[in-house]
Amino acid sequence: MAKRIDVSDLDIYYGNFLAVQGVNVSIEPRSITALIGPSGCGKSTFLRSINRMHEVIPGARVEGKVVIDGQDLYGADVDPVDVRRQIGMVFQRPNPFPTMSIYDNVVAGVRLNSTKMRKSELDDLVERSLKGANLWNEVKDRLNRPGSGLSGGQQQRLCIARAIAVEPEVLLMDEPCSALDPISTLAIEDLMTELKERFTIVIVTHNMQQAARVSTATGFFNLSGVGQPGHLVEFNPTEKIFSNPEEKATEDYISGRFG
Amino acid sequence: MSTQTPLAPAPAGANAGPVRTQRRLPRFAATGLYLAGVVVGALLSALTGFSITLTVIYGAILGTLAVYLVSRSVEGRRKSTDRLVTTVVTSAFVLAMVPLVSLIWTVLENGLPRLDSTFFNSSMLGVVGEGGGAYHAILGTVIITALTTVISVPIGLLTAIYLVEYGTGRLKKAITFFVDVMTGIPSIVAGLFAYALFALFFGGGVRLGIMGAVALSVLMIPVVVRSAEEVLKLVPNELREAAYALGVPKWRTILKIVIPTSIAGLGTGITLAVARVIGETAPLLVTVGILTGTNLDPFDGRMATLPVYAFYQLTQPGVPAEFGIERAWTAALVLIMLVMALNVVARLISRLFAPKTGR
Repeated sequence: MAKRIDVSDLDIYYGNFLAVQGVNVSIEPRSITALIGPSGCGKSTFLRSINRMHEVIPGARVEGKVVIDGQDLYGADVDPVDVRRQIGMVFQRPNPFPTMSIYDNVVAGVRLNSTKMRKSELDDLVERSLKGANLWNEVKDRLNRPGSGLSGGQQQRLCIARAIAVEPEVLLMDEPCSALDPISTLAIEDLMTELKERFTIVIVTHNMQQAARVSTATGFFNLSGVGQPGHLVEFNPTEKIFSNPEEKATEDYISGRFG
Repeated sequence: MSTQTPLAPAPAGANAGPVRTQRRLPRFAATGLYLAGVVVGALLSALTGFSITLTVIYGAILGTLAVYLVSRSVEGRRKSTDRLVTTVVTSAFVLAMVPLVSLIWTVLENGLPRLDSTFFNSSMLGVVGEGGGAYHAILGTVIITALTTVISVPIGLLTAIYLVEYGTGRLKKAITFFVDVMTGIPSIVAGLFAYALFALFFGGGVRLGIMGAVALSVLMIPVVVRSAEEVLKLVPNELREAAYALGVPKWRTILKIVIPTSIAGLGTGITLAVARVIGETAPLLVTVGILTGTNLDPFDGRMATLPVYAFYQLTQPGVPAEFGIERAWTAALVLIMLVMALNVVARLISRLFAPKTGR
């Protein structure tokens, strides 16, 4: 399932504004990679460019290469819709579809992609995905209730279940815990650790303890000044980043001297 | 007047606590004072020969003054300003309700006598004086409005979807501008447009139900576009992104996520747009005309519609005139009931289809 992601010389633009410059990074399969850095430095923008969500915004574009197992995602013959089927995403704020029940939310990806499945297969998929997202026990008796009736943490896990139900190769998470309390955060962190057996996970987080707890590699983004493009300062195994960073800026950020 | 009003008991004591206490007027004092002002206003206007207008003007001024001054002397400046504004706002509301209530009252009073089964069961075929009904006009209005809806809703909805989901740059701006212009088109111009259009193919003097539907569509499309656009804009972008991130193509996201999420608002908007055009008279006058008999085929000749029916019953009431005028009032009443029913339907739609929270 899991795939390796190689990014080379990636420049990301909003219109004429260069938001992120010159990212070179290689993300290992079956691992959790954390991206940290101050607000506005382009972590989320970079994350969204991995599954071509960036270009959904009018005027936004990308230059450079994102290669997954030898295939360039920004090649001329690549359909962004297919890219997104392979690379799932969980957003900062839980966003279950309000018109759908919990059940329908989980199978939304399969159904909306018009994959025909029998009812029993769908039932299996729902149970498997909800169990995968540690939500099954809490909602198994009310699968037909609206997804928006769950608590924030449950909604976020529902969104994770929805993302893993389409069996992507890679799972991108954009600050998935920033709107959640510590207990829900813990549940989702445990979940990530389980999920990395099957998926390549990239997570953006503002919480450095979280990065230290869950990730195997960490990338530190920074920007030189206001209006300047963000760039990847350092990318190293998490242990090294948090104990003995190569760059002064990384150390300053991690030790709380700025940002 | 102020001497008649019992004052609230003085504060329990200046040292009662850290929060300042204040004397208050009793609960219904303000209303009572205002009404007293109105009564005095009525007396004043009676001095110069009683008239309702003068009573209202004098009463509003005196009532407001009474409330303000008494409150000022008892409760202090802040509270009296509050009362002043409350009084002005309430007066304005009541004033705004007067024409509406008066209109409904008049239409009910004049329309109810002929609201009988004959009115719903017979056309005007061979009727000169008493009797007759609007069977043909009611059906005509329903048919033409339905046709209008069938033409306008797809065009309007697709335009709104284009504007919200796809449109960029010049074309979007141009469409928005022209939709705004269309909103302001006088209805008679829409009627003349449809007449001129069909006259090109069928020659002058042509009258068809479908012409009326085209004319009404010109009026209805911008209303549908506007309301649908507003509703589609309300759908959070996060939902679209969530669908994209699942690998759902854009058109399917719109069809399966955006529209279902906003279906309540879309339904309400469309129903209100229908209510907006159902009472149009001028465009139907020049495109559909009037007929005394029943014609249910919108592609063949003149049809009767309720607004035009009411117009002709009033301007050419026949002999004796009173029966025709009665029928005109009843037609107006039926039209109002139709519009009210549509508004109720709109409310039901927005309640039934609103996304459920499950809490």
